[in-house]
Amino acid sequence: MGEREYDASSYAPPAEVEEMELPHPKGFFGKYVWSQDAKVIAVQYGLTATAIGLVALVLSLLMRLQLGFPNSLSLIDPGSYLQYVTMHGMIMVVYLLTAIFLGGFGNYLIPLMCGARDMVFPYLNMLSYWIYLASVLILVAGFFVAGGSTGAGWTLYPPQAISPGTPGVDTGIVLMLVSLAVFIVGFTMGGLNYVVTVLQARTRGMTLMRLPLTVWGIFMATVMALLAFPALFVAVLMMLMDRLIGTSFFMPEMLSMGESSDHRGGSPLLFQHLFWFFGHPEVYIVALPAFGIVSDLIATHARKNIFGYRMMVWAIIIIGALSFVVWAHHMYVSGMSPYFGFLFATTTLIIAVPTAIKVYNWVLTLWRGNIRLTLPMLFAIGFLFTFVNGGLSGLFLGNVTVDVPLSDTYFVVGHFHMVMAVAPILVIFGAIYHWYPKITGRMLDETLGKVHFWITFLGTYVIYYPMHFMGLEGVPRRYYAYGETTFISDSVQSLNAVITVAAFIVALAQLLFLFNLAWSYFRGREAGSNPWQATTLEWQTPHTPPRHGNFGKALPIVYRWPYDYSVPGVKQDFIPQNVPPEAVERESDTRRGGER
Amino acid sequence: MTVTLVLVVLMMAAFAGWLFRQSFNVRPWVAASARGQLPAPIPPSVTAPRVGLGVLLAVVTSVFALTVSAYLMRREMGADWQSPPLPGLLWGNTLALALASLALQVAWQAARRGATRRLHQALAVGGGLTLAFLVGQLVVWRQLEAAGYYLSSNPANAFFYLLTALHAAHLLGGLVAWGRVLARLHGGAGALRQRAGVELCALYWHFLLLVWALVFGLMLSS
Repeated sequence: MGEREYDASSYAPPAEVEEMELPHPKGFFGKYVWSQDAKVIAVQYGLTATAIGLVALVLSLLMRLQLGFPNSLSLIDPGSYLQYVTMHGMIMVVYLLTAIFLGGFGNYLIPLMCGARDMVFPYLNMLSYWIYLASVLILVAGFFVAGGSTGAGWTLYPPQAISPGTPGVDTGIVLMLVSLAVFIVGFTMGGLNYVVTVLQARTRGMTLMRLPLTVWGIFMATVMALLAFPALFVAVLMMLMDRLIGTSFFMPEMLSMGESSDHRGGSPLLFQHLFWFFGHPEVYIVALPAFGIVSDLIATHARKNIFGYRMMVWAIIIIGALSFVVWAHHMYVSGMSPYFGFLFATTTLIIAVPTAIKVYNWVLTLWRGNIRLTLPMLFAIGFLFTFVNGGLSGLFLGNVTVDVPLSDTYFVVGHFHMVMAVAPILVIFGAIYHWYPKITGRMLDETLGKVHFWITFLGTYVIYYPMHFMGLEGVPRRYYAYGETTFISDSVQSLNAVITVAAFIVALAQLLFLFNLAWSYFRGREAGSNPWQATTLEWQTPHTPPRHGNFGKALPIVYRWPYDYSVPGVKQDFIPQNVPPEAVERESDTRRGGER
Repeated sequence: MTVTLVLVVLMMAAFAGWLFRQSFNVRPWVAASARGQLPAPIPPSVTAPRVGLGVLLAVVTSVFALTVSAYLMRREMGADWQSPPLPGLLWGNTLALALASLALQVAWQAARRGATRRLHQALAVGGGLTLAFLVGQLVVWRQLEAAGYYLSSNPANAFFYLLTALHAAHLLGGLVAWGRVLARLHGGAGALRQRAGVELCALYWHFLLLVWALVFGLMLSS
């Protein structure tokens, strides 16, 4: 922690810590495989999510190959194209983003940032990871069964999802549904841990209003996920029953080849309501942790306190609450009463207010900050641009009259990928560059990181920006090939080829990142305990990487909020949270007075 | 979705109210003096398992609220909705579950007073009655099936089976916890740990009794 070590226990009675009641791991398996240590579970979550995310990345490349250079690869037929679309979407949204933010960063950062020894229910936490792994394996099994994985689109809309003719209708869809149900069970176990740890296991002095915004973001996202995932769970159960035992929750009576189906009276619309009651909060389940993390990255690397901390906290809470009353804006094209549409358009636009507050506050934090253009900062600034660009097109789509013509076009693909794919991924990269030194004890390579950043940041703009224009021209999404279509101009094909080339370059840049992760683990520069001179508790641990139990013998005592950067009159430009005012080194003793 | 929304709004409002009290008039940028008062610790009655149970119950509430929302939405949608007749045995099952809940309450009280014999008896009775409830539900399913009210013949039937199965699954999960508490009793765990386990079981059972009462009432009313 910089030049001086403070002994917090001399200022207040030490937190009574008996010999840790944590289950101490034994042997290699106990330490790294069947581990109940949140830090190890976090890395397990992170690696699994990255692995499955790479699968989804390859799927997106296959799609791009077909779109940019049609029929160049014989293995892609219309059916498999739809399977790629489905699996790519579902994996990225649920199995990568949700898992890595909550299971990965949540597990690593919540106990450390709250000053806890571990999660409150370590066994449940371990179970949560293994159930997540099982759900991933069940999902992957879909690729190998007869008929392949499901091609119903990531929203799995019935009746199409379980009607003959859709790829993977025999086994693929069943595996997808089972995998989702298993994922939700596993997530609930983890989610209980995250919430209860934040509520119960904060160290002394760590009031709610002294929590880093990272913890706020992850905490609120978990609360939302716990309330929203049940909607997906119920929908999945009901669809499984429709598919396997012949109920008709979602399946209407259908005529096929002159014969009517066995189902009668189901309502596809019911599924859409349930799905989007989960689906919209899901957007913010991914976004809120990103918001939280980026706040901390910006404050730390701009050496300035976050602008409007309380506003930021309440914006997170208000966004979380509002996100439960906007779901039907995904259903404008399903047909609804105009009043209903108006209501949801209004709530959708209202949610832009707290979101905009957050963006302004990030910019105001940067304003006149002592900005250090480190890798995490680059990614954080990249996030700001991407999120604003993606968010603005959301204002268009939130309005019924604009959404209806654009809904089935590439405009939505562009909007969605900017705001929900690239923006959070940039934060994930930034967060990895920021916390990797704590997790491994070594810095990631700066040059490789900069190359990675610029290719990723600029590359994604080459990929997704043109999609907005294609959408405005009416190029429909989800199509395998466009054939002879009069309203699509010829230049769209060349644009598609450019996008595909860019996509391959960006994908290759990710290999650079993976190489950096592996190489730096062995050869990276030693990081020391607090390379970024940050204030939060995870940088104040006695060991780097932190050992089991996190803080050694005595838990830290927190005296201040996590944003004491560049405090006037103080020698160092940061004061860690566990430093009492009496131990702060002033610039000159004559000027000693109040803290501010 | 109205039911769900109302419940979610209520849960969120409670949460936001509590949060407001934590953040209102707080100036986070002011550092505490080491010689001053540290913030008040969490009261000892608010234990992690209790909070954990509370969060779990919120999740389960969400599951049932959403299923009931779907039930209500579907019921409004079509004229083809035909509620199945509810066998009289359901009243007996309800009684069994209520008694099970009561028995667990007695067990909790006994654990608080340290009445070990009573605790063992009440816990066993509670588990037994729950098993009776589950068997009873299975018999109800058989009766309906025998009377020709199949799962797939009408959406109302499907919802009946889905809701009863969901509820039974949650009770089965409860029985796993109950079994662990029982093992803890026989394994000679300390009184404090015993009481912690029994109280969680009792609260969970009360909650599931309430859920069952609401679900049953809903089906009676349609």
